[in-house]
Parts: sequence; structure tokens; C-alpha cells
Amino acid sequence: MNRDEIFNKVREVLVDALAVDDDDVTPDASLTRDLGAESIDFLDIVFKLEQAFSFKIGQGELFPENVAQDPRYVQAGKVTPEGLAALKARLPHVDFAAFAADPQLKKVAEVFTVDTLVNFVERKLGAGR
Amino acid sequence: MRWMWIDRVIELVPRQRLVAVKTVSLSEEHLHDHFPAHDGLPALPIMPASLIIEGAAQAAGILVGHAEGFAEKVVLAKMNRAELSRDATPGCTLRYTASLTQIDRAGASAQVRVELAQPATGPMAFETIGAVELMFSHLDQNMAGVEFPAHNFVFGENLRTILRASGVPCDP
Repeated sequence: MNRDEIFNKVREVLVDALAVDDDDVTPDASLTRDLGAESIDFLDIVFKLEQAFSFKIGQGELFPENVAQDPRYVQAGKVTPEGLAALKARLPHVDFAAFAADPQLKKVAEVFTVDTLVNFVERKLGAGR
Repeated sequence: MRWMWIDRVIELVPRQRLVAVKTVSLSEEHLHDHFPAHDGLPALPIMPASLIIEGAAQAAGILVGHAEGFAEKVVLAKMNRAELSRDATPGCTLRYTASLTQIDRAGASAQVRVELAQPATGPMAFETIGAVELMFSHLDQNMAGVEFPAHNFVFGENLRTILRASGVPCDP
């Protein structure tokens, strides 16, 4: 499956999970800021990606977990350099470059774009080959 | 009014399917307001669709809760889709067949078929009148790390009473 085919399936998942129009699902669109995703939608997206691509997504594999509660990773509402390094290591499909300039925890969800999901699926399918 | 919108669980296949029924009765207070007689027209008691969906959510929520031995606080977090094509009136019986679609540590998704048996067609002549797709969150596993009381307030005494009466083990 090439990247365009993955994108098309990811778009179908997001149209279904978030009740958005096809045209809204652009590669750069942020799941939260642009497509209106809320916390439960992240689980919905995980479930729907699993069904669409017939693979299992582990806890914390696509979206982060246990970051906000760790004082090494978050201090005064900001992700620490150690936290950022941990996020990058755990989530290689995510581009944290823009976030690193202003690493406010409340904005961390915005790093997840449509492209992030496509990257994730591409890596996951590639690893399975 | 107690917030119980199923009467009984009639079938449970763990982690797969739960079937529950509810009989609509004119003794339910809200049916007298939804809708009362007015301007010479007779009363038109109809179970609100929102409460049918709540019944579907309770059936599915029990199935999800049962999957983890009622250890998780299972809350309805999202309604993906709901379609109902017919009104439920007093004397009708609703039957909810909830199927678990997916479940993991953070929550679950389920779909519920809603069927209706009307007095005119007999108590067991069920016809499908709709479907509901739902998502549940395991409250203690929320991404924000918010903590909730240890007591499982979701599966309280009323739900447990229904489960016991239905022969579904629910006590630790």
C-alpha cells in the first residue's frame, strides 16, 4: 500500500470518527485544532485504524500516555527537555520541531496531524513486511 | 425517578453480546409529559428517543463493565451514530442487543440493535427499529491522568440489583 492509498484510508477513518468533510482532511490538519478531535476521539481513531488496516495498536504507541503525570517530563505546565526526548523516542512518527519551540503541555495534542497518522500507518505496515 | 432504562438482562455472552429488555409503561411519569392531551387532542405518550438510546447505552455499558469484572468505571463517552425509525409507546417492549466491537485498557466501542414488540403484534414479535453505535471510556485510564474516587459509582446498587435479578454474577 503506497502513501496515497494510506492517506485515503486515514481520511475515511477521520471523516467517520470526527464527522468532518473529506475536504477538511488535509495532510497538515491538526486533529484537535482543525478537525475538532476531543480525548475520546483519539481512542475512536485508534479503534478505527485497527479495523481499517487490520493491525493492533498498543497502548501509548500512537498517542502518548503517562507523560503529563511524570514530574521529570512536565514542569510548570511545560514539557521538559527530558520529556521531549522521551516523546520523540516513543513516537517516531510525530514531528515535534514546531512544538519544541514552545513546549506547553496543553498544546501537545496539536502536534498530531493527519500526516502523523499516515506516518504511523506507513511505519507500522512497513515493519510488518 | 431512578435512572434505569432496562428491566432485565436476558442473555449474556461475556465480551461478545448482551441482550436486555425494557417494557414501556404508562406508570412512568415522563410519558405523561411526552406528550400530554391538549386542545381537544388525546395524549400521545411516546418514550423519548434519548431514553431509548440511554437504554442501549446501559445494555452496552454492562457488557463492557462485565468484560473487566466490573473493575473499571465505564462511562458513555461518545455516540457515533443513532438511528430510530419507530416510536415506543406504553405496552411495547424494547429489546436491546449490544455487541462489543472493540475493547482495550482505555475503553471500548459497541453497537446496539434496537428492536420493538408492539401490543398489536404480540409480546415476542420483535422488529428492528434502529441501531446505536457507542464508545465507552474506562474513567481511571483517562489520558489526562485525572483521578476519580476508588468506589465504582458507575455500577451502583440499582444496576447490580437488575443484574442479580437477571442471574448475572456482579459481586466481588
